[in-house]
Amino acid sequence: MANETLHIDIMRSQLGRARGLGAAKSGLHHWWMQRLTAVALVPLTLWFIYSVLVLQGATHAALIAWMGNPFHLVLLLALIVATFHHVQLGLQSVLEDYIHTETCRLASVLVMKGLAALLALTGVVSALKLGL
Amino acid sequence: MVGRSSDGKLVRRPLSPHLQVYKPQITTVLSILHRISGVALAAGTLFLVCWLAAGASGPAWFETVQGFAGTILGQLLLFGWTVALFYHLFSGLRHLAWDMGLGFEKAQYTASGWAVVITTTAASLLAWIIGYAVR
Repeated sequence: MANETLHIDIMRSQLGRARGLGAAKSGLHHWWMQRLTAVALVPLTLWFIYSVLVLQGATHAALIAWMGNPFHLVLLLALIVATFHHVQLGLQSVLEDYIHTETCRLASVLVMKGLAALLALTGVVSALKLGL
Repeated sequence: MVGRSSDGKLVRRPLSPHLQVYKPQITTVLSILHRISGVALAAGTLFLVCWLAAGASGPAWFETVQGFAGTILGQLLLFGWTVALFYHLFSGLRHLAWDMGLGFEKAQYTASGWAVVITTTAASLLAWIIGYAVR
């Protein structure tokens, strides 16, 4: 099979091709943030599982008392922020893999990121209201 | 499949494996389970946020959510959430090891794969045994 018979539409700029350049600067950011939040979530998740075991079946008063401890509140806020950052990065990869229409893909990623941000804010505000 | 190499030359690339003719292997099954558990956990964050928001909304709301968690459906969802969480955690550690270039030999990734299955099962059961024992 001679290469002359091959054909694809060129999606890159001629200058980029001439210089042999790929994506620049921000290409690694998504991957790196996913790893950073993953590493942060390892200890936070273990603490979260321990906390759930402590708080299961707790009364409202017990929850408020637990949240009143600043260490608990800080770790919970860190868990919420790291979790939702990790969630929106992961779901973005999933949506981009399976949705092939450009418009649908962009719309679904934006809606998903908006929902993740709103849920994260709801969690943060609720935790602050309980703990402060 | 026709693609282009980084120096701009046209090349024929191999197609991705056709899933429907491949025998499931520990690597491929755990790989898709990592994604599925991640999506499940994303849905599970809804419960965490509901639980916190109910707590912030007052005792009546909080009792409602705590009450739902105590029902059979609530307990099943929470058990599923536990398994997904431990699986994504241990499988994620395996991925982080790969990111550092560790464990790429066939014997190693087969062993680490089964280690993820065993630790997930053990940790999920242990957490629930402790959960029922201390309440």
